[in-house]
Amino acid sequence: MPTNPVLSLDDVTLKFGGVTALDGISFDVRSGEIFAVIGPNGAGKTSLLNSISGLYRPQQGALTLHPTPQRSSGQGNAATRALELRRTAPHNIARAGVARSFQNIELFRHMSVLDNLMLGRHVHLTGGVLSCGLYWGPQRRAEIEHREVVEEIIDFLEIEALRHAQVGTLAYGLQKRVELARALALSPRLLLLDEPMAGMNAEEKEDMARFILDINEDRGITTVLSEHDMGVVMDLSDRIAVLDFGRLIAIGSPAEIGTDPAVINAYLGQAHTETAPPA
Amino acid sequence: MRSGVFFEKYSEEMALRPYPLQRMRLGLFALAVVIFPFIASPYWLSLANQVAIATVGALGLNLLVGYTGQISLGQGAFLAIGAYGSGLLTLRMDLPFWLSIPIAGLITAAAGLIIGLPSLRLKGLYLAIATLAAQQIVEWVITHWTWLTGGTEALVIPSPKLFGFRLDRDFNFYWFGVATAALAALFVANLMRSRVGRSFVAIRDQDIAAGALGVNVFRTKLVAFATSSFLVGITGALIAHYRTIITWERFTLDTSITYLAMIIVGGLGTINGSFFGATLIVLLPALINSVGQSLQTTVPAAARILPFVQQGAFGLIIILFLVLEPEGLAKLWRNIKDQFKVWPFSY
Repeated sequence: MPTNPVLSLDDVTLKFGGVTALDGISFDVRSGEIFAVIGPNGAGKTSLLNSISGLYRPQQGALTLHPTPQRSSGQGNAATRALELRRTAPHNIARAGVARSFQNIELFRHMSVLDNLMLGRHVHLTGGVLSCGLYWGPQRRAEIEHREVVEEIIDFLEIEALRHAQVGTLAYGLQKRVELARALALSPRLLLLDEPMAGMNAEEKEDMARFILDINEDRGITTVLSEHDMGVVMDLSDRIAVLDFGRLIAIGSPAEIGTDPAVINAYLGQAHTETAPPA
Repeated sequence: MRSGVFFEKYSEEMALRPYPLQRMRLGLFALAVVIFPFIASPYWLSLANQVAIATVGALGLNLLVGYTGQISLGQGAFLAIGAYGSGLLTLRMDLPFWLSIPIAGLITAAAGLIIGLPSLRLKGLYLAIATLAAQQIVEWVITHWTWLTGGTEALVIPSPKLFGFRLDRDFNFYWFGVATAALAALFVANLMRSRVGRSFVAIRDQDIAAGALGVNVFRTKLVAFATSSFLVGITGALIAHYRTIITWERFTLDTSITYLAMIIVGGLGTINGSFFGATLIVLLPALINSVGQSLQTTVPAAARILPFVQQGAFGLIIILFLVLEPEGLAKLWRNIKDQFKVWPFSY
């Protein structure tokens, strides 16, 4: 497995007034891995993802998105220089190839599945008001060309039957899947998934786990996900970071995390052996 | 028997009117539009011209309010800038009106960029209040910068001519008005099915997600303001050249509210709804009027209360729409089509 980092966090600290949401977090996300962030409620998982995608501005530290090593494939967001995410607007972070899903689905409810995904292609399309208003020549060709890319993702995530459905009318589990599709449509090199399994039943979780693995293996997209379901996290992830009250208390492979005393204490919980009181 | 329409290419499915039935309806509508002026009385022709002009304005406002979700009470101000802009260009600089109208549109778009600046920080009702301020400022400027606008005096401009035809006749203006409305509708339809239009709707539905997916939210809001203002500015210019008299009273807050009523009754975020709403709001007073006049001989008292009935009916219709069909006439039209899709079966 290649170990050059895609993303580096160095001493990232985020405060809301007197509350320290993230407290000196440092770690690297390596190219091609599935990196999970776990922790109890309020530990700072979502704050961490929001800081990476530029929605929050940490007061201290550095979040660096590393440039892509020169690859043969032209498709995608080949960044040539490192990007300091703390000083970059969310839309430019997306442009640099970071896509995400949200914990509480943030789809465009009144748009069709197709339009949601086409919006995911936004950074790859060009054309201003005049060109779009005329819908002539290059603009028309580009829309059709990107429709083909979107159809490929629809195929991949098995939502063919839904492409013309209005997103707001879909069931929760399907909306989660459409949100994943929309993030994929960006052709990201770093995919952030905020609790992709939250609120799903076992079958939907299995589907989602399969998709996340396929995305990682077939498309080679580096994935950072936050999740509560320990079973899922242990099975999917290459490495896990554990947060507690905004601090990074452990980082390592699933096996290491499962036996780390600090983690067991803060999150996994002790298996209490009940000893019968002496008679 | 065929069971449906199936597409083999994305380009076919992505057409504006992919289904034969849709194209047929559009064809019938176009035919009616062409025949109409030859059989209509001058009175109905003048109403049709007002509908055509209001349709352009409603499309512009719908782009901003319905599609992008930025509530604006500044429609009157944008209309005024377009009207005075185009009027003064023809009057003072002797520009032909077909040139002054697009220039007035561009001037209004520039004004829209400035008036749209508060949308960086403000949403919903707060933004509405900010645009209300713009409305008041523009009204003040028009009534006080007498050297430019003639103040509260009416500004009389020469009647427009195109290819030797004088457009001061309703019959001649009709073709120009309808063509402009059709082009505006086509422009908005194309816009909304491609990159820029999608980003407008994305900002309305979920601006944070739009930003996280690479849409420059602030810039897109300003683009929406400018594009909307361009269309509204053209509407103002059309009003100016249609009436050939420009007065500030035509562009007050009242006008802004009337246009909002058009797009709400017609259907927010729809193109045909902009036309339906414009038609209803233009024709409604005329219909009430003619009903009142026919009652005058039988019930003389009706004539006296007519003005109040007009105001009341206007309010009542808007309330009824909000309660019964919040998605407007466009939704009603969709319901009718859905009804006939399976007719004569019940489902």
